[in-house]
Amino acid sequence: MDALLGSKTGQLTLALMALVALVVVLMVVAAGLERLRGRVRSLGTLAVFVGPALLLLGVGLIYPALRTIMMSFYDGQTENFVGLSNYIWMFTHDDTLRSFLNTFAWVLLVPTLSTAIGLVYAILVDGKRFEKTAKSLLFMPMAISFVGAGIIWKFVYDFRGAAQEQIGLLNAMITGLGFDPVRFLQDAPMNTVYLLVVMIWIQAGFAMVLLSAAIKAIPSDIVEAARLDGVSPWQMFRSITVPSIQPTLVVVATTITIATLKVFDITRTMTGARFDTQVLANQMYDYSFTFGNNGYGSALAVAIFVLVIPIVVYNSRQMVRNREVRGG
Amino acid sequence: MSTRFRRLGPTLAAASALALVLGACGADSLDGGGGGGATDASDVDCSVFEEYGTFEGESVSIFSSIREVEADQLEQSWADFESCTGIEVEHNGSGEFEQQLVVQAEGGNAPDLAIIPQPGLLQRMVEAGHVLPATDEVEAKVDEGWNEDWKAYGTFEDEFYAAPLMASVKSFVWYSPSAFSEGGYEIPETWDELMDLTEQIAVDQEGTGAKPWCYGIESGGATGWPATDFIEDMVLRTAGPEVYDQWVAHEIPFNDPAIVEATNAAGAILKDDRYVNGGFGDSRTIATTSFNDAGLPILDGECYMYRMASFYEAQWPEGTDVSENGDVFAFYLPGETTEEKPLLVAGEFVGAFNDRDATQAVQAYLASGHWANSRVSIGGVTSANKAVDPANASSDVLRLAIELLQDESAVARFDGSDMMPSEIGAGAFWTGMVEWVNGEDTEPVLTDIENAWPQS
Repeated sequence: MDALLGSKTGQLTLALMALVALVVVLMVVAAGLERLRGRVRSLGTLAVFVGPALLLLGVGLIYPALRTIMMSFYDGQTENFVGLSNYIWMFTHDDTLRSFLNTFAWVLLVPTLSTAIGLVYAILVDGKRFEKTAKSLLFMPMAISFVGAGIIWKFVYDFRGAAQEQIGLLNAMITGLGFDPVRFLQDAPMNTVYLLVVMIWIQAGFAMVLLSAAIKAIPSDIVEAARLDGVSPWQMFRSITVPSIQPTLVVVATTITIATLKVFDITRTMTGARFDTQVLANQMYDYSFTFGNNGYGSALAVAIFVLVIPIVVYNSRQMVRNREVRGG
Repeated sequence: MSTRFRRLGPTLAAASALALVLGACGADSLDGGGGGGATDASDVDCSVFEEYGTFEGESVSIFSSIREVEADQLEQSWADFESCTGIEVEHNGSGEFEQQLVVQAEGGNAPDLAIIPQPGLLQRMVEAGHVLPATDEVEAKVDEGWNEDWKAYGTFEDEFYAAPLMASVKSFVWYSPSAFSEGGYEIPETWDELMDLTEQIAVDQEGTGAKPWCYGIESGGATGWPATDFIEDMVLRTAGPEVYDQWVAHEIPFNDPAIVEATNAAGAILKDDRYVNGGFGDSRTIATTSFNDAGLPILDGECYMYRMASFYEAQWPEGTDVSENGDVFAFYLPGETTEEKPLLVAGEFVGAFNDRDATQAVQAYLASGHWANSRVSIGGVTSANKAVDPANASSDVLRLAIELLQDESAVARFDGSDMMPSEIGAGAFWTGMVEWVNGEDTEPVLTDIENAWPQS
């Protein structure tokens, strides 16, 4: 057994053996179920279907979550119990308060603006001749990873002194018009705004696609009835479109909120979370892995977890209520 | 579809799920990286590698922070060793090395060997039980090739763990000999002469956009380190090696007046918009300029001096003449007087994460004088291994560096931030320097770092 665990090939062999064993066990159980009837049979079937998912959840989610919560009550090396002191540190330390503040700015602005832009765009291009092309254009940033997007925008925002040639797109345009170059990424608090523009750039396409589908699903008799009543475009938007797609709007906004609470890649690649752009997820990573303080890092992780839970719960309840966008 | 087949679907899905779980516990996908370009074994004299034994189809993974050109050169340096011993050495360099090493080791996915540039991080890995003690063969090679100071950096509580790999001299200033002779500037030999020269260049170049100095501290997850080096160099100069040792060991506070003075001495250059940042803009652009790019304006005449370690030679574009009368060269960052020659050095240490024979063979080879000469001959780096022949160095700068490193009388000190606890040396000191360069005053920054020092 040790020989197998010692090398990576051995570990792979073990994993494959376990896979084969599990297939056999599940097939035996499934075959045995053939002979049973009623309640036992349906419970057995349930176990065959749900068991593996529960196993994955247990190993990949529940155990790490419990361990993180435990570690947040221990010191940096997870050796001594320190009670609530990591949490006290979290709510009194200047840098942490800054990252709470920034995270709230992200969570407030990104979902609102992404959803708004996506919605307006979806309505504007709906039914137009160039709809498909226009939608692909906005959707394309979704295909770029956050790190890739971060690097692209880092170049767009690049700053050189006024006497130098600008290599950043925005500053080249600004100096071309005769103004002084702007330090997009270095001057707080606006740098956080420039960072969250990148997130909006990515997420607006996601919002647009889902909302566009929801708009198309509005029953045409309602729309026609409204037209016959002679509504203005604004009334149509206000009283027909928005109420009809409200469940989708909620799902889109909460999904983006969850993604935003976990934002890490963008701050990491663009400013390294310096210049007062720190956010919770990035700070958690810094403390856990760069500074080697598991206690502080875990406390921050728990904070993100606690903040994200109500939104996840709300989001999944909306999803259940709103069958059309389930799985979207 | 028969009932039996319909059952098979979910069963397979379920089984794959379990395989995923198990796979996550022992995946070798994280290793990545390609092996070196092995040369044809027939051209190589394999007798020098006999002591390491021969292996069939074994591979050893090495994880490091070394990337791009330097990584290629590194892989080339052990190509002969690979073809003679049969060990395939897979090197993987990452810009997030300091963080990823911890993630991998704690996740049970440690590489076989890691090239760790910070004794502080090495100590953390040793204390966590990830890095294993070095074998007698490795220790014998280190006793033979390195002096005691170097060995001590890889020793914890009387147990020797990691052999030094390469070494570099950090107290260098890169400049352009042709631009210096055009301007009639001479290489300064004392700190005052350096500051006079800085002022003279600033006056001469007023209005041209060129500045005396250029600097950059951006370096991915390690942003800030070049500024910490500058401060350390200044502590060695204005306060001396004894205060330096006390400061690194935290026997004096981080914001001691002597350190404030040293930081301000660096600030006299780095925080003066008339002196920096040639080719990029004002002083604050230092925070967002990558240290890799920071010296390049010297080639365009937009900047005259760049304080950066000997390994910066690898960053010059191909075709650059690095010599005393060429495009670029380096001079020793002067001390306060011509008699004082403090030297800030750095290096890497090779720690082993398991005791496989192949791992130990590679670790032993990397500790040897043969490897040191092999790597130095390829160019771009230096070693403090006594077996290294300065003639093998690829340039005059590196020859100078090797001579300084092998000089037993030089007052050499290891890069202090690499020896401080990670929370400081890879944390508060780095982030503090970014704030400092971005406009914050010296004393509040040093006080913040002092307050972040872990209580033990």
